[in-house]
Amino acid sequence: MQHIHPEDIQSRIDRLKDQDLYIHLEMTTGAYAAHLDSSKHPAATFITNAVIRYSHGSISGNGPYRIGLKAEAGWIYSEGLTHYEESESERLILAGHDSQGKLIVALQLSKEPF
Amino acid sequence: MERHILVVLPHPDDESFGIAGTLAMHLNSGTPVTYACLTLGEMGRNMGIPPFATRVTLPQIRKQELEASCRAIGIKDLRMLGFHDKMIEFEDQGLLDANIGALIEELNPSLVITFYPGYSVHPDHDACGAAVVRTIARLPEAKRSKVHCLAFSRDHERAVGRPDIENDVRDFLQHKMASIQAHRSQFQAAELLGRKQYTDKELQERFGTERFWTYRFQ
Repeated sequence: MQHIHPEDIQSRIDRLKDQDLYIHLEMTTGAYAAHLDSSKHPAATFITNAVIRYSHGSISGNGPYRIGLKAEAGWIYSEGLTHYEESESERLILAGHDSQGKLIVALQLSKEPF
Repeated sequence: MERHILVVLPHPDDESFGIAGTLAMHLNSGTPVTYACLTLGEMGRNMGIPPFATRVTLPQIRKQELEASCRAIGIKDLRMLGFHDKMIEFEDQGLLDANIGALIEELNPSLVITFYPGYSVHPDHDACGAAVVRTIARLPEAKRSKVHCLAFSRDHERAVGRPDIENDVRDFLQHKMASIQAHRSQFQAAELLGRKQYTDKELQERFGTERFWTYRFQ
């Protein structure tokens, strides 16, 4: 994965608007958070292969980045994004990695199921 | 000597830290080992440093790492059961138990190794161990394999006591370290191995003993 180039992400967001897309959206502290440090509150959530459609979307911030996608009846939001997969031409694969390199957040969009 | 060992664990790399030395030891003495790995660890958080895996490529990368780890240990029979990482506790128990039951029926293992249900930290570990003991408990007592469990939750010894099996695996540290290092996307994590270079003595102290609890069926 590469560090996010906001201009490239914005053009990818624009190319995917106004069509049905499969989304993978995830945030996680990891299952070992409280085992390694009892002051930590382990939390994780993900949804995979739900179908969404957005009319416009954008990336903002100076890194880590935020993304908001305006859907027909609501919003999709993700904060803390640091990396993307440049080699993916059809799909948008974004993730946020913490200072140890561990994935903490992921936002992925694709015309085909993941 | 065991007749056949069946290992049932949920994630690629679960075999590395706690049992790789024990498995290499049994394989060295001629006992066949089958490793049933429930998932491909596709929800793991470690992507390599710098990240060379993505959520999308992680399952395929971890599958290759798992195969390399098995080669390092000497395991020739690896079964990847295709369940979804993190979802073992929510999986259809009938389906899970049927998969494990079919392996036990096929292989007739004298020993099954899994996680101790309730004392293994990760929900997938606990659910995997629970499925194994649930499946074996259904068999008539005379047909049940021995079950050796791994446990590492905080204060687990208060509940389950001291391990009743301690294997000295210092002669098989090469296999074990090669198994750990096979999981290239995972092993750089600081709490696992870090980037520290260990001396032989430190390696033996940290990795040279593997501990198990024999599961007591009610």
